[in-house]
Amino acid sequence: MKQQITGSEALLKSLIAEGVDTIFGYPGGAVIPVYDQLYDYKEQLKHVLVRHEQCATHAAQGYARVSGKVGVALVTSGPGATNTLTGIADAMIDSTPLVVITGQVASPLLGTDAFQEIDVIGITLPITKWAYQVRKPEDIAWAVSRAFYIASTGRPGPVVLDIAKDAQVGMVDFEYQKADYIRSYQPEPEIRMEGIQEAAKLINEAKKPFCLVGQGVILAGAEEELTEFLSKNDIPAGCTTLGLSALPTDFPLNKGMLGMHGNVGPNRKTNECDVLIAVGMRFDDRVTGDLSTYAKQAKVVHLDIDDSEIGKNVPVDVRVLGNAKKTLPLITALLETRKRAEWNEAFESDAQEEYEKVIEKELFPTDGCLKMGEVIRKISEATNNEAVLVTDVGQNQMMGVRYFKYKQTRSVVTSGGLGTMGFGLPAAIGAKMGAPERTVCLFTGDGGLQMTIQELGTIMQEQLNVKIILLNNNFLGMVRQWQELFFQDRYSATVMKNPNFVMIAKAYGIASREVQKREELDEAIHEMLEHDGPYLLMANVEEKGLVYPMIPAGATITNILMGD
Amino acid sequence: MLEKKLYTVIIFSENTVGLLNQITIIFTRRQLNIETLSVSPSAISGIHKFTITTYADENMIEKVVKQIDKRVDILKAYYNTDEDLVFQEIALYKLSTERFLKMGTVEELIRKYNVRVLEMNETCVVLEKSGHYDETQNLFKELSETIGVLQFIRSGRIAITKSPVERLSDMLANMERVLLEKKTDDGKK
Ligand SMILES: Cc1ncc(C[n+]2csc(CCOP(=O)(O)OP(=O)(O)O)c2C)c(N)n1
Ligand SMILES: [Mg+2]
Repeated sequence: MKQQITGSEALLKSLIAEGVDTIFGYPGGAVIPVYDQLYDYKEQLKHVLVRHEQCATHAAQGYARVSGKVGVALVTSGPGATNTLTGIADAMIDSTPLVVITGQVASPLLGTDAFQEIDVIGITLPITKWAYQVRKPEDIAWAVSRAFYIASTGRPGPVVLDIAKDAQVGMVDFEYQKADYIRSYQPEPEIRMEGIQEAAKLINEAKKPFCLVGQGVILAGAEEELTEFLSKNDIPAGCTTLGLSALPTDFPLNKGMLGMHGNVGPNRKTNECDVLIAVGMRFDDRVTGDLSTYAKQAKVVHLDIDDSEIGKNVPVDVRVLGNAKKTLPLITALLETRKRAEWNEAFESDAQEEYEKVIEKELFPTDGCLKMGEVIRKISEATNNEAVLVTDVGQNQMMGVRYFKYKQTRSVVTSGGLGTMGFGLPAAIGAKMGAPERTVCLFTGDGGLQMTIQELGTIMQEQLNVKIILLNNNFLGMVRQWQELFFQDRYSATVMKNPNFVMIAKAYGIASREVQKREELDEAIHEMLEHDGPYLLMANVEEKGLVYPMIPAGATITNILMGD
Repeated sequence: MLEKKLYTVIIFSENTVGLLNQITIIFTRRQLNIETLSVSPSAISGIHKFTITTYADENMIEKVVKQIDKRVDILKAYYNTDEDLVFQEIALYKLSTERFLKMGTVEELIRKYNVRVLEMNETCVVLEKSGHYDETQNLFKELSETIGVLQFIRSGRIAITKSPVERLSDMLANMERVLLEKKTDDGKK
């Protein structure tokens, strides 16, 4: 016999049925019934109390990005819901699977400007893959199953479930069935064999093929398939920022990062190759720069699961719509085994030039202040290049992704498409919960850290072993860089007078120290990594450091700045 | 830049709350003005059909339609130009009965424009005309210039493709097949 339970309990049972074990959230009037029920489910559902709802979504993102599971956030109506918007938008543009559950006023009050009522669906429609309001307890199980199915399949993304209070308290017969079909939604498009054949033919005939690796590879779990594809035909590759760690840094065909602050080789070769193969990436303007001069010489093959991305920014010669885990091996099977020694070696002179003009100075300075790059690379190596890198946004982010090294997939958690300052600290919390066995290193800036610094409280409460490296330059560094390079050193609103971050950490019971001498750096890193628990290392770096190389916004590879 | 043309976007969707909003925000983001819009249940119960016209270049309309198509509750979205379609709009004209009768060319008007009289009482006459935009507009112009129009309303465009394939049923058949395959797959597991 079926037993009647409350909508709130049905919600929790549905989450458990979807394999959820961790929820990031913040309570309030419109979700109290759910929180009350949660009290009885503590063993099965770990609830992490963040200090601001924005951080519930960012933490859920961090969790999802490292684990590949759907991240879950639970918040109240009104301001609780509006506080989640930045995280939802961030997850949308970075294709991160989230289910965000917002409480809502009781359904008879909807549309009456009731206390803490807000049109959550209306507000979140443009930034979600799906948003649905539940007004009856009977709809909860159905809506949750659809939410998880939609969030996690096809091109993943955030889903919002807005659950009215009467649906939370009403009684319902609970029965759960996981969704695996929605008539109007086809997550995996059918693969067209003609596209596969055309792609293989182009690549086999190519003299200088080059592959662009995006996060789609990681989302599809197609890292191995990609490695085989590249290896068989000896195709060099560059990764987008979010595609980093799909290939190990030291994999010989991995030529580095693409884009504005990416490596010289991959950016130059994009405009020299004869066939450009894009896998699970969307030709963002931070990757392409000026589209009118981007890869004009090349035939373009685009593999993606999202039809609306193919041809959106760059005209495509061969479209390969489908899941990369399936399409890549189909193409690989038709590829000739090749060695392209000369073409692959051509990347070396670019790498050498970049090393001499940029990298060497950043990693091995002999005097002056600490440099971001040297701190980052030293920490990466001290973790045997096995840690998860989380970054905030700004110079710390670009330096982080440039100089951290990766051995395994899902090792980079950073806000790509939205570039959300304040993302780092909460995302690191989620990353640690999603990959508890891995070392999690967050690199953040003095600006970004202060946008969500209250999350030190969450770290304290959960005793989460997160390593926080504050690259303190007392500037909104990345904006300052633009002001120096393009606005005649007019530092409008980028100078920061900062608090004593070490004391702040200590107030939260988080071990912390400051480092500014090069001689002390190794020892400080050692202390941080050896410490059993959270740690904040404040590295006082050069105030006016610059991230190079830089292809200015909207410019082309020939306009590259190397700081020489 | 490609040339801007009038495109008709035809969308089949589930009949869920907020769908129109989902569709219109995609037009808004691209700064496209919706010229006409018509929504109604389709031949298949539970499925709604939107017919939207907008001026755009082909490159833009293709992207917009793909983004609409991608929304979870949308079954399918297409775009067409006028050559591919049979389309129609309907217009209603309210006139003063006195002036209408005094005009003295009622028969001529009805023959020339193929109008129907829907209502006639002591104060007003309501005429109906269906046709393309130009046709309903020409009648409006003529009436305005002669006896004056008290009220005028025109519907959004409705359209049917000239091609022999019925896209909606094809699409649904395809969906049924996917579902069946899924069931057989699950059966095997
Ligand atoms: C929420 C938000 N506001 C503003 C910006 C614009 N912005 C990009 S980088 C940056 C400076 C970041 O300064 P800091 O956190 O100190 O990092 P740094 O660049 O110095 O490493 C700013 C203001 C942003 N990306 N996100
Ligand atoms: Mg800074």
